[in-house]
Amino acid sequence: MAEKVLMKGNEALAEAAIRAGCRHYFGYPITPQTEITAYMARRLPKCGGTFLQAESEIGAINMVYGAAAAGRRAMTSSSSPGISLKSEGLSYLAGADLPALVVNVQRGGPGLGGIQPSQSDYFQATRAPGHGDFHMIVLAPASVQEMAELTTKGFHLADKYRMTCMILADGTVGQMMEPVELPVHTDEEPDRPWAVTGTRMNRPHHIINSLYLSPEKLEEMNFARYARYDTIREKEPLWEEFHMEDAEICLVAFGIAARVAKAAIQQARSEGIRAGLIRPITLWPFPEKALMRAAEQCLAFLSVELNMGQMIDDIRLATDCRRTVSLLRHAGGVIPTPAEVLERIRQIAGGAQT
Amino acid sequence: MTERILIAGFGGQGVLFAGKFLTVMGMLQGKQVSWLPSYGPEMRGGTANCSVVIGDEPVSSPIVYEPDILLAMNLPSLDKYENAVAENGWIFVNSSLVDRQIRRTNVRDVYVPATRLATENEMEGLANMILAGAMLAGWAACDEPLIQETLKHLVSDKHPELFDRNLQALRLGSRFRGFPPQAG
Amino acid sequence: MIVFERPNALTDRDTHYCPGCTHGIIHRLVAEVIDELEIEGQTVGVAPVGCAVMAYDYFACDMVEAAHGRAPAVATGIKRANPDNVVFTYQGDGDLASIGTAETVHAAARGENITVIFVNNAIYGMTGGQMAPTSLPGQITETSPYGRSPAVCGYPLRICEMLATLDGPEYLARVSVHSVRAVRRAKKAVRRAFENQLTGRGFSLVEFLSSCPTNWGMTPQEALTWVESTMIPYYPLGVYKDRSVREAEEE
Repeated sequence: MAEKVLMKGNEALAEAAIRAGCRHYFGYPITPQTEITAYMARRLPKCGGTFLQAESEIGAINMVYGAAAAGRRAMTSSSSPGISLKSEGLSYLAGADLPALVVNVQRGGPGLGGIQPSQSDYFQATRAPGHGDFHMIVLAPASVQEMAELTTKGFHLADKYRMTCMILADGTVGQMMEPVELPVHTDEEPDRPWAVTGTRMNRPHHIINSLYLSPEKLEEMNFARYARYDTIREKEPLWEEFHMEDAEICLVAFGIAARVAKAAIQQARSEGIRAGLIRPITLWPFPEKALMRAAEQCLAFLSVELNMGQMIDDIRLATDCRRTVSLLRHAGGVIPTPAEVLERIRQIAGGAQT
Repeated sequence: MTERILIAGFGGQGVLFAGKFLTVMGMLQGKQVSWLPSYGPEMRGGTANCSVVIGDEPVSSPIVYEPDILLAMNLPSLDKYENAVAENGWIFVNSSLVDRQIRRTNVRDVYVPATRLATENEMEGLANMILAGAMLAGWAACDEPLIQETLKHLVSDKHPELFDRNLQALRLGSRFRGFPPQAG
Repeated sequence: MIVFERPNALTDRDTHYCPGCTHGIIHRLVAEVIDELEIEGQTVGVAPVGCAVMAYDYFACDMVEAAHGRAPAVATGIKRANPDNVVFTYQGDGDLASIGTAETVHAAARGENITVIFVNNAIYGMTGGQMAPTSLPGQITETSPYGRSPAVCGYPLRICEMLATLDGPEYLARVSVHSVRAVRRAKKAVRRAFENQLTGRGFSLVEFLSSCPTNWGMTPQEALTWVESTMIPYYPLGVYKDRSVREAEEE
């Protein structure tokens, strides 16, 4: 086993990206993700890579688009307001079927909002990252270790399905330090036969494009993309279950909220309340089957979110509204205490018993 | 057993470094650890704090709401966090910058004139480590070799003098032992 | 003996450009230069949003379609990814001088080693004749139906003059294709802009004053006359920056 090192989540993510073979980073400073940008600025020039501080988030995502079109493993990172600016580029990446990794270390919104941790870009990431019909694979790390591991996985999935993979982190996971076992270096770059690298006069020219003026052709492209999405929905959902074996109350939470939920569940268990947790690791595709199984077993659900209630819609959809889903919400950077979550679990348990 | 530690003070007092020191030490002991700083504009000349969790179980939440141990590097930090400290917890006060006693009666307190000691001993900027030294003096399983190993992790080989200065600051603080020997 | 044929760097496709539009001439000049420098196999072009949006079908080299105004950022990504490629953008005035001003200015300021072909016809062609950032004071368009009023919409941008204030660019030239003589001069500028990239000298931009008979409401001949009589006085032709000449003078 490799030695563990103490690192910030943002830095572990950046180091993992380099170890995954990413040599092209384009970004713009914004709190609370700036350590990623700074880390890349330090490290990439020393390993033959390109770091460029772009003129804007829009510039950065379009540089990623260019580097991805040129067949390179490329990434950018930002925090909530910056991701809104990238949304045009996310749509073009999807329309041109280009692989890329985009990191959102979320802060509270809307508008300039705040800089404290938040999960309020859940809808943006899973529903509408930009105009048009498309999805990104969305991975939600809950620890520094996962900041590293899911970055490796994100690049892999992006290439496998030729699409954008987003790491949807939050200010806590980005800023905190934990011991992390970093992934091994890989120089493995998948074959990208579609890339624009020059025809060398021995093949027809490649065109990276999202414009289709024929409605029939454009529809066909959308159907083809959604067929791939179906495969992803089938094969790629990831989640963690915590004390679910005999759970009657199922908490659902991702990222930092899931850690608070775990602390509350441990206390609830010591009081004899059978609570458990499903922690979605992929937010898109959402782990629908795990939730449906839980709906057959549990009496009630509690969604714990650092937003006004976004993932709760996916829980209801995944469980076909078979059980009551309550919501414990905080916004603007406020994080619930384990005691607060425990109190809600007690309330639900009391209700469930009557 | 899990210890939740909150270190708070002015930006520039080395709050984050002291926290990192404790975190690395826990890691080297094979404990489960996390370190979480406050961040953003509030750090620029305002108050800074960091949460450190050290325990045997995986850290469920890295946010310390109810610290078992508070290191208060200045008065605003003591004002802000004194009431949050868990019952029977410990408060280590930098008495050079805090002109009052603690008000709680169900926690234990240790007063260390850390800033003055740093100045008198030509250890400018090391009040953080002096206060940490007081805290560590009674910390079980914390011995001199572990402290040295931790410092080696944190201080660049290029600046060996920093290693010595930090070590001396920790030793200076350890005279203000607060914990009973079995604690921690 | 064949004396005139399609350049290899253009595909054998009919373009969608209107009769009398000078995009065709400009495409051809770029393609001829690519042929002459024998760089088609290593060249990647970036198409804009605007009339030239489908340039990716007309150039035979590898092509990328960019979002509106973002071509210089996309080209930056391509060039930084594969510095051996020759990368050019082909952009209109709305794309380069309005929605993509930031991308243009910063690619120029970085001295990004790319070639930019800027087609300025003082109007939005593709959307049907709206005011451009380069529309002239008094010019009637669909969105300035009473003539562009500087009091309301300010003044046109002179891109070459503006970028010439920066240290980053290597070469900035404004040319026209309203006459045979002008076309010949324009080709030299394009060649220079590509050669600069091959020798690693950095950001080179050639601004073409181009005609839009359809949206100007003129015959092709009238449109070319308008370029000469009305556009050139506002946008004087010439080389606005050439670092190699300045270096030669300093020696």
